[in-house]
Amino acid sequence: MQGTVRLMQGNQACAHAAIAAGCTFFAGYPITPSSEIAEELARLLPRMGGKFIQMEDEIAAMAACIGASIGGHKVLTATSGPGFSLKQENLGFAVYTEIPCVVVNVMRGGPSTGLPTSPAQGDVMQARWGTHGDHPMVVLAPASVREIYDLTIQAFNLSELCRTPVILLYDEVIGHMREKTEVPDPSQFKIIDRKQSTSSPDAYLPYKGDEDDVPAFVRFGEGYRYHITGLAHDERGFPTQNPRVVEAKQRRLHRKVEQRREEIVAHEAFLLDDAEIAIFAYGVTARSARAAIRTARKEGIRVGLFRPISLWPFPDLELEKLAGQVKAIVVAEMNLGQLIYEVDRVVHGQTRIVAYQKASGEPVHPEEILTAVREHR
Amino acid sequence: MRYEIRLSGEGGQGIILAGIILAESVIQDGRNVVQTQVYGPESRGGATKAEVIISDEEIDYPKAGRIDLLLALTQEACDKYWEDLKNTGTLIVDSAEVVAVPSGGFATYRLPILETAREKVGREVVANIVALGTVTAVSGVVSREAIERAVLARVPKGTEEQNVKALTAGFELAAVHVNR
Repeated sequence: MQGTVRLMQGNQACAHAAIAAGCTFFAGYPITPSSEIAEELARLLPRMGGKFIQMEDEIAAMAACIGASIGGHKVLTATSGPGFSLKQENLGFAVYTEIPCVVVNVMRGGPSTGLPTSPAQGDVMQARWGTHGDHPMVVLAPASVREIYDLTIQAFNLSELCRTPVILLYDEVIGHMREKTEVPDPSQFKIIDRKQSTSSPDAYLPYKGDEDDVPAFVRFGEGYRYHITGLAHDERGFPTQNPRVVEAKQRRLHRKVEQRREEIVAHEAFLLDDAEIAIFAYGVTARSARAAIRTARKEGIRVGLFRPISLWPFPDLELEKLAGQVKAIVVAEMNLGQLIYEVDRVVHGQTRIVAYQKASGEPVHPEEILTAVREHR
Repeated sequence: MRYEIRLSGEGGQGIILAGIILAESVIQDGRNVVQTQVYGPESRGGATKAEVIISDEEIDYPKAGRIDLLLALTQEACDKYWEDLKNTGTLIVDSAEVVAVPSGGFATYRLPILETAREKVGREVVANIVALGTVTAVSGVVSREAIERAVLARVPKGTEEQNVKALTAGFELAAVHVNR
């Protein structure tokens, strides 16, 4: 079936896509510039029998989501920097206890309360490493209203598939922007639900990975008694300090994401085939880069865009290939250096890396990127 | 062709809603459009702007950089936001609120937008819709039918008549004061 064309806001697209993905529970605490997601879901969820709860703070909201997910719901919470900081401990709990959930962080200027209504890209490393301990993380970064829709569904699917939290990370501009959007028919998407256990209650091992390293799920209240803890645990879910068991769990946790790299890692290549210079950018900055590239091409500069769609896992193999082809990579970010170090690690001296960084609370203007490109042609 | 409109005023005047309505009317006319906004952390007061980019091509950069039409309903907004206005562009200001009008090659229209909302329509709160009428009339970027449909689709139930009156007043204001 055909979708409909309408003016849609990024945050609104996230809410609608969550419903399409099967989300039946949202808990959150309002914070600019993410509040429209909560606002829209407060309207949509009760209509279809879902639950919307405004909790007392972001910590409780994350906890409520984890609880609802254990109860079998697909869950979403949405926040911005200050709230994302508060969610980190429970986010780690969800990683370790393998509870699917989707967390949206609409990035605003920081640190601290910062610039509530202005864009930034300062939470990229926090999204990867904000919670303590050694853990995998899946972080997706849309750059348009339609892509927010698509990646919200993808975030739910990956979260269910891997039984791990997935973070949708975008800046204020992308979240608040309204644009002409073809809103797809939800039935065109493949929706993935977490794998259910077929064992008997007596034989069920809640933390035994299957061949794909993901344990099968049973929701609480089904007559299966099992234990969930943030302590290191064995296959039954009970605390253990047995070094062999601890390491096996840790490795499985990483492996279940790593072995799905093909399904998770994504990037966009725009006019890169003959490019001598590549711009590396994501979110609204990638849109500026695209505008700069169109102008530069008219000036005869062979430049293209490498836009990571999954920030974590990082599209390292794809970027490494590009590094051998171009004479410079301009890394444009709305921070004073975050993903550029990841680019540097992958490029490993194969080509020159040029930084264009901005931290004023304003998006990068295409002219700024253009100037950087002209200087390094 | 890319056409950039910036609507500005203070928080609470409905500037962002006006931007959304304008953008929705563009979709009805079948073109590409992106709408963004900048506002302060306070819910009332402070300079606010809503930008609408219209193009037949894909819109990459979603913000205005070289403005074709600027509306300013307050002096603060005018002072803060006029610099990106093209020399060939158009400036519309509220004649009572904006006393110091910047000079440049652009066409300037000083229109009693707030007064019209207050006196002719009866409520100052519809000044954003009066402004939309003038912006549409002066720019001609969308048809009158499209903007009217978009206004009606967005305003609260029971206020339709008042808002159409406001929009009409905006069109009339432009017709009287603007010699084209």
